[in-house]
Amino acid sequence: MFDSNKKKIRVRKEFLVKFCLFFCGAVSIFTTLGIVAVLLFETISFFKEVPILNFLTDTQWTPLFVNKHFGISPLFTATILTAAIAMLVAIPLGLLTAIFLSEYASQGVRRILKPILEVLAGVPTIVYGYFALFFVTPLLQKLIPGLHGFNSLSPGIVMGIMILPLILSLSEDAMYAVPQSLRDAAFALGSSRLQVALKVVVPAAFSGITASFILAVSRAVGETMLMAIAAGQMPNLTLNPLVPIETMTTYIVQISLGDTPYGTLEYQTIFAVGMVLFLFTFVLNIVGGKLRGKFRELYV
Amino acid sequence: MNNSVAYDLSVLIQKQKQGERLFKIAALAAVIISLGTLAALVADVFIDGLPRLDWKFISSFPSRKPQEAGILAALAGSFYAIILTALVAVPIGVGAAIYLEEYAQKNWFSRFIELNVANLAGVPSIIYGLLGLDLFVRAMGLGRSLLAGSLTLALLVLPIIIITAREAIRTVPLSIRDAAYALGATRWQMIKDHVLPLSLPGILTGVILSVSRAIGETAPLITMGALTYVAFVPTGPLSPFTVLPIQIFNWVSRPQKGFHACAAAGIVILLLVTLFLNAAAIFLRNHYQKKFSARSL
Repeated sequence: MFDSNKKKIRVRKEFLVKFCLFFCGAVSIFTTLGIVAVLLFETISFFKEVPILNFLTDTQWTPLFVNKHFGISPLFTATILTAAIAMLVAIPLGLLTAIFLSEYASQGVRRILKPILEVLAGVPTIVYGYFALFFVTPLLQKLIPGLHGFNSLSPGIVMGIMILPLILSLSEDAMYAVPQSLRDAAFALGSSRLQVALKVVVPAAFSGITASFILAVSRAVGETMLMAIAAGQMPNLTLNPLVPIETMTTYIVQISLGDTPYGTLEYQTIFAVGMVLFLFTFVLNIVGGKLRGKFRELYV
Repeated sequence: MNNSVAYDLSVLIQKQKQGERLFKIAALAAVIISLGTLAALVADVFIDGLPRLDWKFISSFPSRKPQEAGILAALAGSFYAIILTALVAVPIGVGAAIYLEEYAQKNWFSRFIELNVANLAGVPSIIYGLLGLDLFVRAMGLGRSLLAGSLTLALLVLPIIIITAREAIRTVPLSIRDAAYALGATRWQMIKDHVLPLSLPGILTGVILSVSRAIGETAPLITMGALTYVAFVPTGPLSPFTVLPIQIFNWVSRPQKGFHACAAAGIVILLLVTLFLNAAAIFLRNHYQKKFSARSL
């Protein structure tokens, strides 16, 4: 009798614990639902005022002026431009370092160098912003006389260094996971170390490496403070890296710093811009994740 | 004939060796550029900021005069925000990890949660700011308060905690679970007495990493409306607040040179804290990995 009572309490307690833990797991789903709901709700209100065609095709972004234009293209182009500059820096540096660490370096060097380079990922982005504005831009101005104090070149380069650990770490993992037998076979046929690296290991790890690039682009697209500090707040539709621009993230920060009343069109613009940002990074993350998963299935 | 083959081979080998050399030089250059940038960044910030960093800077409120400005309000704000964030995010994150590893059946729902967590980890932080603004600040009526900011940060770091805690829980050997079951433990008893204590260092690593991430986050808090000029220490969860990186951002965006030195001094503090936390996490991870590989032998 007593025993069965105790058992009942135990069963009940187990159920309660399971329910609480399930709730914890569900919080992540609520977060996603929350993000989608909030963005959707405000964006729909925004598109009631501004036709979606204007949003996509207008070439000017002037929501704070008397003559209002709501074309996302200057913000979008600026975001792509800075991400492209960052990738031009990060891909060669990251890939070279990754091949070196995976195929050339001794275990000791690898164990020391990898965590040190990963420190680059732990530095808060506001610090990179300071560094870009007060160190890299003045340095570049000595080399390029026409460079504006705010530009996309300097924060783009700094962002390249910032996302380098992401590319390095993911693509190095992918290369390191390529089976030794493939390398041995190539060596046995008389390949040099470089040939093995470039013609066997890199192609074999290709989907993993591509995944690292895509995830790095996603990271670059969402980067905020670095751009808000060093790239300027001028919605320019340009591919010139030497002049001030405004990325999507910077625009959201710019409006948030002001006192924009709830429910106004200006308030809704940041959600519409946020929606574009969310969808764009979402697609990149899905594709990157899929490629990474495919690679894992093959070798890991 | 024979001679020319030998000649061709030696040319080929010569070329290969040259390629090897070139690649090694290029790789070395890449490593030097990355490490050099890190060194330049740290040196630049310390040279600009260290002369400004003294006890008066740490114990004063912001001011309109750069030489009198201090960082006390931001330090206190960051401190309270991190504590509140951790109080919310750690139990939920670890709970979710336990559920996914120990309870969830391998069905579409657990796969959905898994995919969802992975995607949340990749959502730009500023989007969390928009969520916080509409959900916590407006809908729940918390205002631009410390609590609203902390909840926003908690949602932001949740994926990090879940992912690292899951990895830590997964390393606990199956034999230990079997042994606990064999002695008549229920599932929860097995988890709380064996799995959690054994995976604690790994979970702690994730918590430290997420705290380090939360301390450096600026964009979501600016978006949800944290103030940039605060001359008081937060008095409670519903008090307005500012944090270290927002204060730094505020100083960076001013034209006067004196404020830039303040920003650099603030960055020195921020860097020391985050680098210390990251180093602690890496140390813990390495130490923990060694311990477990010895155990599983």
